[in-house]
Amino acid sequence: MSSHVAVRSGDVPRYNANERVTHWIVAITFLLLAASGLAFFHPAFWFLTSLLGGGVWARILHPFIGMVMFVFFALMAMRYWKDNVIQSYDREWNKRLSDVINNRDHNLPEIDKYNIGQKQLFWTMIVTMVLLLVSGVMLWRPYFADAFAIPLIRIAAVVHAAASFVLIVGIVVHIYSAIFWVRGSMRAMTRGTVTHAWARHHHPLWYRRVTGGSK
Amino acid sequence: MQSLDVQKRSATTTASPQVRVAEEPVAKLIDISKCIGCKACQVACMQWNDLRDEITSHPGYNNPVDLSDQSWTVMRFAEVEGKDGRLEWLIRKDGCMHCEDPGCLKACPAPGAIVKYANGIVDFVSENCIGCGYCIAGCPFNVPRISKKDNKAYKCSLCSDRIAVGQSPACVKACPTGSLMFGAKDEMVARGAKRVNDLKERGLAQAALYDPPGVGGTHVMYVLPRGDRPDLYGLPVDPKISPWVSLWKGITKPLLAIGLGLAVLGAFFHYVTRGPKEEEPGGKS
Repeated sequence: MSSHVAVRSGDVPRYNANERVTHWIVAITFLLLAASGLAFFHPAFWFLTSLLGGGVWARILHPFIGMVMFVFFALMAMRYWKDNVIQSYDREWNKRLSDVINNRDHNLPEIDKYNIGQKQLFWTMIVTMVLLLVSGVMLWRPYFADAFAIPLIRIAAVVHAAASFVLIVGIVVHIYSAIFWVRGSMRAMTRGTVTHAWARHHHPLWYRRVTGGSK
Repeated sequence: MQSLDVQKRSATTTASPQVRVAEEPVAKLIDISKCIGCKACQVACMQWNDLRDEITSHPGYNNPVDLSDQSWTVMRFAEVEGKDGRLEWLIRKDGCMHCEDPGCLKACPAPGAIVKYANGIVDFVSENCIGCGYCIAGCPFNVPRISKKDNKAYKCSLCSDRIAVGQSPACVKACPTGSLMFGAKDEMVARGAKRVNDLKERGLAQAALYDPPGVGGTHVMYVLPRGDRPDLYGLPVDPKISPWVSLWKGITKPLLAIGLGLAVLGAFFHYVTRGPKEEEPGGKS
């Protein structure tokens, strides 16, 4: 782990300031995109266009915000892909999903920086972000859509909606886990550190790796 | 001016104001066998609607070559080799077909940007348009065009403003040969059928009325001398709303909206029933 993270004594550094800023740029752009995108998707969400200044502004801004999200997500993907390679102990962990869901954590095998749920979300995000970028450019008026045949634009619209749905559901689980379910996780992305107890409990292999093998 | 005769309204889940029930469906009938390609309809359209397209020149009769935000109707000229190698010069007045089941309206995400009146006219209420271009994806006839000036979509309104006060569309009024007719849809269908019979008696065995059922019929219909081959005129043979658009704007909408709701509720009830994960203070070793 990078040594330049300001660590309060007794805490384990997890994300440095750079990583946190990148994450929150992706998070904020995601929220704006989900709000305006849902508004275009279903009239029940139309009121969300007000967040971006009305329907026309939402239409104008949505794709530009999308580009910002994609670029910063790409930075995260490059930084974290190695930590998200699925290992044999992850598969073992995955077999005990009911223990995970029912908070019987003592039955679980030891894992590294991310659990398999986080890893699956990571790869799902890679796929959906690429689909959203490609289909989004095809739908982008007035700049790019004219360059594509109308039948292709129709398919792009379905792909964009489906990929957004998968991504939004994934992020609902992500937000729930980080803020409500797994206590003590949120501070990793706000202050940058977690407690020793948290790290030892949820990510023992990672904990030993970053603390130099001490138990 | 408000409308009390709105049958369908884009991106709206409740009933539209439709207290006026006595309105009769209308239609424009374009009898291609009488058309001489004079473009009076094009001129009348730009005059009534105060539109002025860019002046360009083209080698050929198509001018302007395509529909645009400033050209809501254009004449399309096609030279095809007909029976016995004879030249057939096919001329068609192109523009919005005013579908009974409009794909543009189905695709539009902006509440009230596209409406369909009780008389069947499909109208763009451009002040509600956000410029997303979904109507272009929804249309089976490739009709709507987005202005480069204001990023709003435009198309033929069937002169809804003239019809509202009992006038016929500007193009119909200007047509010198009687190729364009306007009236109640039933009447226009009957008149079209009669004309098709006349043409058949005169040796045009393939003549047919073009009122495609795939989009529920249209409020702009053609009498086609070559009714067996609408494609020769640049018309789709069996137009319908693309299955991709139906998927996107049909079952997907409630399904994904409910799916999202369930995900959020699922998370909430997981918290309520299972509670948070808390590490043992001593730590497990």
